[in-house]
Amino acid sequence: MLIEKAKVMTAQDMERILKRMSHEILERNHGLENMIIVGIQRRGVYLANRLGGILAHFESTRVPSGVLDITLYRDDLTLLHDQPVVHSTSIPNDVNARKILLVDDVLYTGRTIRAAMDALMDLGRPASVQLAVLVDRGHRELPIHPDYIGRTIPTSKNEVIEVRVSELDGKDEVVICERGEG
Amino acid sequence: MEWKHRHVLDLDTWERPDLQHILEQARSMDELLDRPIKKVPALRGKLVVNLFFEASTRTRVSFELAEKFLSADVVNWSASGSSTGKGETLRDTAWTLEAMGADAVVIRHGAVGAADYLARKLKKSVVFNGGDGAHSHPTQALLDLYTAWKKIGPLEGKKVAMIGDVLHSRVARSDIIAFSKMGSSVVLSGPATLMPRSVEALGATYDENPRSAVRDADIIYLLRIQKERQDEGMFPSLDEYHQLFGFDAALLKHARPDALVMHPGPINRGVEIASDVADGSQSMILGQVRSGVAIRMALLFVYLGGVRQ
Repeated sequence: MLIEKAKVMTAQDMERILKRMSHEILERNHGLENMIIVGIQRRGVYLANRLGGILAHFESTRVPSGVLDITLYRDDLTLLHDQPVVHSTSIPNDVNARKILLVDDVLYTGRTIRAAMDALMDLGRPASVQLAVLVDRGHRELPIHPDYIGRTIPTSKNEVIEVRVSELDGKDEVVICERGEG
Repeated sequence: MEWKHRHVLDLDTWERPDLQHILEQARSMDELLDRPIKKVPALRGKLVVNLFFEASTRTRVSFELAEKFLSADVVNWSASGSSTGKGETLRDTAWTLEAMGADAVVIRHGAVGAADYLARKLKKSVVFNGGDGAHSHPTQALLDLYTAWKKIGPLEGKKVAMIGDVLHSRVARSDIIAFSKMGSSVVLSGPATLMPRSVEALGATYDENPRSAVRDADIIYLLRIQKERQDEGMFPSLDEYHQLFGFDAALLKHARPDALVMHPGPINRGVEIASDVADGSQSMILGQVRSGVAIRMALLFVYLGGVRQ
């Protein structure tokens, strides 16, 4: 049972944060040349689409995007409670020698990103991989550090950060929940 | 998603959402088959034993590929040249495999119920039925469903015409169950001597005339005619069988123009299927082989990939 404790990001906050992150991405990369935005299933995919849309608007150019499912690369399958479900992976372009911008909703232990990098490397040899996350909640178990952070939210391990996106959840928001009894 | 089945023995206890889940998982696995590196680490450290008491090429090789693509460790145990040849019983073989730490056993056996028996003897390992006698071949039925679903979408309301030796075919029985559960109708055709006594109990109907059986069909499923059946007097000759029931371009005209032609393999050219149809644009026979790898990856991952309560 998850008990909702606090809303930490509204739809408007999220939009502003994604715009700021887009500026940072453009500043760091001097544009969008050679870049592919890759969202990690599932909510990373929607955030990647948002970032892609904002970047395209700022630069008046399309940036290719793809989705990555990391279920088959996870190292924690035996710790899950539910039957893991494999979703689609689809990256339309060859990743070789491209700059990959990985996008996920929450960065926590870093294990998802480790799995995502393994999955990416099996698809080719990117020139570089950068990481953008909407929320960094700490508690890293691997030496992984994001390049672009929406917001850093310190949490306890008993808390859960829920990023909600309108496409899946009906609205855009981020809430902190606490694992309760039952 | 909670998966309630412990083994893959038969599809008679499966419900449509179970079938649908496996089809969708197979589609995700199918994408892997187009990649330069097809191997993923999902089943690293899992041991799968392929236990084949009967000859098999497609089932054995596609299971083995599926296991390898998911990074499981694979042991192939064939009846000849193993302790089975020295008279070991299936029960003792089962216990031996479990003692070796097998997480899953794929079994192909000539006796009906062999997979079921193995499942009852094994405490921990998952059993995949790779075909038991004339009873069941669930992974074949799933790969057939997947092949058709991938090509034409939802199978509800589709017509499947199945022609050939239904009586001796575990593929026929499993496919009839699987397609019926997805909402397709199944019409059987072939010599009456090769039909089970009550096809209605299987959920199908029988039409002796292959032309009317095939009429407006979305899927034509041909079954292998085993040459031994001629010696048993089930039909006069292979030539005559081909004249009456062999599937050729003339018969294909009675089906829907975009109908799929399927066959579990190995095919007998010029007996149950003419070469022009087997190699024609509507033939899914090689597509079925590819589907076989994807569906077995999906099954292996669903059964071995997560926690088991």
